[in-house]
Amino acid sequence: MIKVQHNDFDHAHEYTALQHRGISGAIVTFTGLVRDFANSSTDNDSFELQHYPGMTEKILNDIEVRAREQWPLQKVSIIHRVGILAAGDRIVFVGVSSQHRHDAFAAAEFIMDMLKTEAPFWKKEGSRWVEEKASDQQSANRWRQK
Amino acid sequence: MDNNDTTITILYFASLGEDLACTEEQLSLPTINMTIQELIILLSRRGEHWAKRLSNTTLHCAVNHAICDRKKTLKAGDEVAFFPPVTGG
Repeated sequence: MIKVQHNDFDHAHEYTALQHRGISGAIVTFTGLVRDFANSSTDNDSFELQHYPGMTEKILNDIEVRAREQWPLQKVSIIHRVGILAAGDRIVFVGVSSQHRHDAFAAAEFIMDMLKTEAPFWKKEGSRWVEEKASDQQSANRWRQK
Repeated sequence: MDNNDTTITILYFASLGEDLACTEEQLSLPTINMTIQELIILLSRRGEHWAKRLSNTTLHCAVNHAICDRKKTLKAGDEVAFFPPVTGG
């Protein structure tokens, strides 16, 4: 399940949605938050997430498909917020259920690493656009070399 | 469909759209089978500001929601997007 939305999400609700009668094994979830950037040199503490409507959902769906090709997964949930947020707010949720923990951990990490380098979102902290990090590309490349 | 329609939509996202003071425009393709690279050359004629921003090699492009390289050819009705490296998650 892919959702791109302005509204906040509730972790407990999303975790419950990953459970299903008959599923045994593992559920792994990840939540990403807006970092506290107020102490940096930005002129104000506004935070904004822009995205490319239409392409964003398509890329996230593609990432889910690729995760499912590599690991046997039951449910996958990806939620990413857009719009105006504040430091400490929830930005992204990735949840995966599977029979075995190794698959669930690996798939969740894969999804996040791919999302951070492929999904068309752009963060703006104050008046400064956040730049890509080399470490994110390195994390994503790890999967591509396998 | 009008056979004479040569219009494409061009979107500019994030810092690129801000720098160019343009986030979306319609453009009539001057030639058939124009490539993204040729489109960039055309847009760069608007001035040094456009030329500098669009010549940035870290810039990504997509056509109809699919990432592509600059050799991609365009046709009427296409939606082209230019954007900086993504920073979501």
